[in-house]
Amino acid sequence: MSSSGILKSSIAKKYVMALTGLFLCLFLVGHLLGNLQLFIPGEEGQTAFNQYALFMTTFPAVKVLSYLTYGSVLFHLVDGIVLTVQNRRARPVSYAVEKGSSNSGWSSRNMALLGTIVLVFIVTHMQNFWWKMHFSEMPTQTVDGVVLKDLYTVVLNYFNPLVNSFAFAAVLLYVSGMVALGFHLWHGFASGFQSLGIRHAKYTIWIEMVGKGFAVLVPLAFAAIPLYLFITQG
Amino acid sequence: MDLTLKVWRQDGPTEKGRLDTHQLSGVTGDMSFLEMMDVLNDNIIREGGDPVVFDHDCREGICGMCSMFINGQAHGPGRGVTTCQLHMRSFKDGDTITIEPWRATAFPVVKDLTVDRGAFDRVIQAGGYVSVNTSGETLDANTIPIAKADADEAFNAATCIGCGACVATCKNASAMLFVSAKVSQFALLPQGQPERKRRVTRMVDQMDKEGFGNCTNTGACSVECPKGIDLTNIARMNRDYLNASIKGE
Repeated sequence: MSSSGILKSSIAKKYVMALTGLFLCLFLVGHLLGNLQLFIPGEEGQTAFNQYALFMTTFPAVKVLSYLTYGSVLFHLVDGIVLTVQNRRARPVSYAVEKGSSNSGWSSRNMALLGTIVLVFIVTHMQNFWWKMHFSEMPTQTVDGVVLKDLYTVVLNYFNPLVNSFAFAAVLLYVSGMVALGFHLWHGFASGFQSLGIRHAKYTIWIEMVGKGFAVLVPLAFAAIPLYLFITQG
Repeated sequence: MDLTLKVWRQDGPTEKGRLDTHQLSGVTGDMSFLEMMDVLNDNIIREGGDPVVFDHDCREGICGMCSMFINGQAHGPGRGVTTCQLHMRSFKDGDTITIEPWRATAFPVVKDLTVDRGAFDRVIQAGGYVSVNTSGETLDANTIPIAKADADEAFNAATCIGCGACVATCKNASAMLFVSAKVSQFALLPQGQPERKRRVTRMVDQMDKEGFGNCTNTGACSVECPKGIDLTNIARMNRDYLNASIKGE
């Protein structure tokens, strides 16, 4: 064991960033698959989505996963702040002329900024739906005698310009959040593997390609939900 | 060609620095960047001024002494070259060239464009060696068979000249490319195995103590490296460090 302790070292902090980040990528896939049910119109979609929401908030294994997700967000955030502060301290006097674009990608140089935008999005997003689902009054739907919290209608109304006068602003916020997430993943996905030491002449190109595909497709699919709800209901 | 030079001048480590502007004419495309600096200093001395202090030694790209952050890039606009190998034909008549020292907490400015890269020496002292009995019965290294691919890879890592362009370029002033090259050049060879775990932990610890930043995998270091040291070395060091942390030295 090193004299400074593994968790204090710069490389260990990168392991934490990588592990939490890659776990959150898995979370994104699960979250997206569930949310795609919002595309199902009418009572069929309402029932499917609300039953799914009930399952997600009550099933014990999902509970464990959700606490892992909260923990990952928290560690990714705190670790990211610590790393960023250290990085600033490592160069107190900045260059008068700096040509970062000649040697590195834009998103790789702006992970902290992109992460902050994603964080703002996460806070608003959780306040919009997660908080309502867990702690406040909700409309209900009764299916076969079971009373379900009607999250489906809450989501649909939130992005319905006829019901919510801020629906357009909400769509704008959600789409910008997903654009920032896309750029964050564009660098972050493959970077996580590099931090963990997973690199090879043959398969690193595939990790990078999958990462870039993931960075485009997942945020795009997420962003399609509020856009679709706004356009079809307007 | 005629040039406008904006050169960082700083009297000492604790003094405040500034960018001074100099006009320079009569520069030819065949001059190296350092020769251009010699001409500038010649002019400054003739005018009774204090010449610009900058590091240089071999002037053939192998010693790693010349530094300089030129127009926003370590060793200037060329790829795979040190400042002494950069020719003035890379610039146009009338260009303005901004010349700054490497900027990092771990590389304090000594004077003008010269920085103290002693932090690299201390990282090497912490573990960048193999302990060999030199009492007179030393085994010839060539008697140990080494796979060609490993030997090549180790040699590629060993081409690092320790110039510090990776640190200067990295937006976080991280030294990961340098340290990983120095870890890899031994990690790939049989001679490096006995001290492999101890080496990586000690060198990384020293790197952190020196105040270098953290790696964000932008890859800028490798692009600007005059020797083209690959990011594979960083991944190898990340693996080795994890291995050493779990299994102990």
